[in-house]
Amino acid sequence: MTLIVENISKEFEQRGVRSAALVSINLDVKEKEFTCVLGPSGCGKTTLLRIIAGLEKATTGRVMIGGELVTGPSSRMAMIFQDYSLFPWRTVIDNIAFGLEMKGVGEEERLDVAAHYLDLIGLNGFGENFPYELSGGMRQRVAVARALAIDPSVLLMDEPFGALDAQTRNMLQKQLLEIWDKTKKTVLFVTHSVDEAVFMADRIVVLTSRPGTVKEVVTIDLPRPRDRTSQDFAKVRRYVLGLIDEQQSTQ
Amino acid sequence: MQMPPDKPQWWHGILSKSLLLKIALPIIIIISWEVLSILIDNPFILPSIESVLLVLSKPFADILGSGSLIGNAMISLGRVLIGFFVAAVLAIPLGIGMARNEKLHDFFDSTVQVFRPIPPLAWVPLALAWFRIGLVSMVFIIAIGAFFPILLNTLDGMKSIKKTWIEAAHTLGAKERQILANVVLPGAAPTIWTGLRVGFGIAWMCVVAAEMMPGTNSGIGYLIITSYNWGQVQVIIAGIIVIGVIGLGIDYLFKVVEKKKFMWRELDR
Repeated sequence: MTLIVENISKEFEQRGVRSAALVSINLDVKEKEFTCVLGPSGCGKTTLLRIIAGLEKATTGRVMIGGELVTGPSSRMAMIFQDYSLFPWRTVIDNIAFGLEMKGVGEEERLDVAAHYLDLIGLNGFGENFPYELSGGMRQRVAVARALAIDPSVLLMDEPFGALDAQTRNMLQKQLLEIWDKTKKTVLFVTHSVDEAVFMADRIVVLTSRPGTVKEVVTIDLPRPRDRTSQDFAKVRRYVLGLIDEQQSTQ
Repeated sequence: MQMPPDKPQWWHGILSKSLLLKIALPIIIIISWEVLSILIDNPFILPSIESVLLVLSKPFADILGSGSLIGNAMISLGRVLIGFFVAAVLAIPLGIGMARNEKLHDFFDSTVQVFRPIPPLAWVPLALAWFRIGLVSMVFIIAIGAFFPILLNTLDGMKSIKKTWIEAAHTLGAKERQILANVVLPGAAPTIWTGLRVGFGIAWMCVVAAEMMPGTNSGIGYLIITSYNWGQVQVIIAGIIVIGVIGLGIDYLFKVVEKKKFMWRELDR
């Protein structure tokens, strides 16, 4: 399902002063594509994702998914937050089954589905554990499984690995790509890490700092699995870094 | 040569230092009590431990025609449960409503703030004037005592709910009503439970005082005040011990549930 972002702008009002966070963002995300939104902190990339998810209203513009206007949270999209936001009073398996439970799917069926996704994220045997018994990386995998369980077309991810250490982060990046390959979801992934974006994305949408506008859309043609140490990788990374440095030095 | 490993002895746990420290003061109090009661030698001021134990050993025996220790304690407990229930039924929905609706919050908040610092016992004369002696007066006072801790903890619990829990639930397709039942209530439950625990403790204190109101004719508070009028100090002390033990027991029950059901609050980072 294609995701189309048309002319999105967002203004905030603070103490009577209006300030722009996003200015006329246009974006086409093709089906099954892995797109990264890359930008410095405070550029409004999270706001953009929240608008797409239907959690916030844009000041102008609209978001269309599969030809339909987004007016609020939709079951076609699932969001993954930086702080995992698992329900700590539920076991892992009940967390994953949450969306299905809300839909009224019977217990047996939803636990079956949840078990499937538990397997997909490689956490077999942890179903009866509580989130507080898991490491940060494991929790974020559960959050991914919870989002996948409602079978959305689009996964929206808001700096999902931002709170993790470098090693766990690299591991989860690889795992997410594997899952993406298996499930063929459309992914929109927000990050401030150039390295992460170049490693993961088919296309990188580079935003300028506040107010955020699209600076450039970079297509990454490197074959997967990508090698961070290769020369081609370094070349692309240098180019994207250049885009970000450029705008910082012009400020 | 290897030394055999130290076998833990059964008494190690019991005689551990922290336990010794915990039972030291009660032992000192009991010994001083006994010594003082012998020195003072006046059961109207400080009866001996044995006389108190004698009263406690017959918890179902009638005392001064006013009923037994346990019988009166159960009457008090019944009153507390009614008042506590009334308070919880009013305070929890009000707290949830105030936390979710700003207008409701503004409407109630100022009044709550004015009434909150008034000690429940200050309402005794008014309760008597409005409801006369009896169950309604006592329930009124108990409910006022329990109401505020439950309300304030409910508000706190609602505040402790992470915004992203609700947003995650939204994006996973939950409707408002489902979010209330499946995210808001379980999320706030541990703090509300703390409120219930504190509220119950206050309710238990209130009932004893309420039962000392003139004209009451049952309950552990009544038994104590009657024993005072008859100079039966050993019954007063026995009654106080019963109050303490029951209060402790109920608090323990609250804690057991807290540990079993709401452990995630402590451990979730």
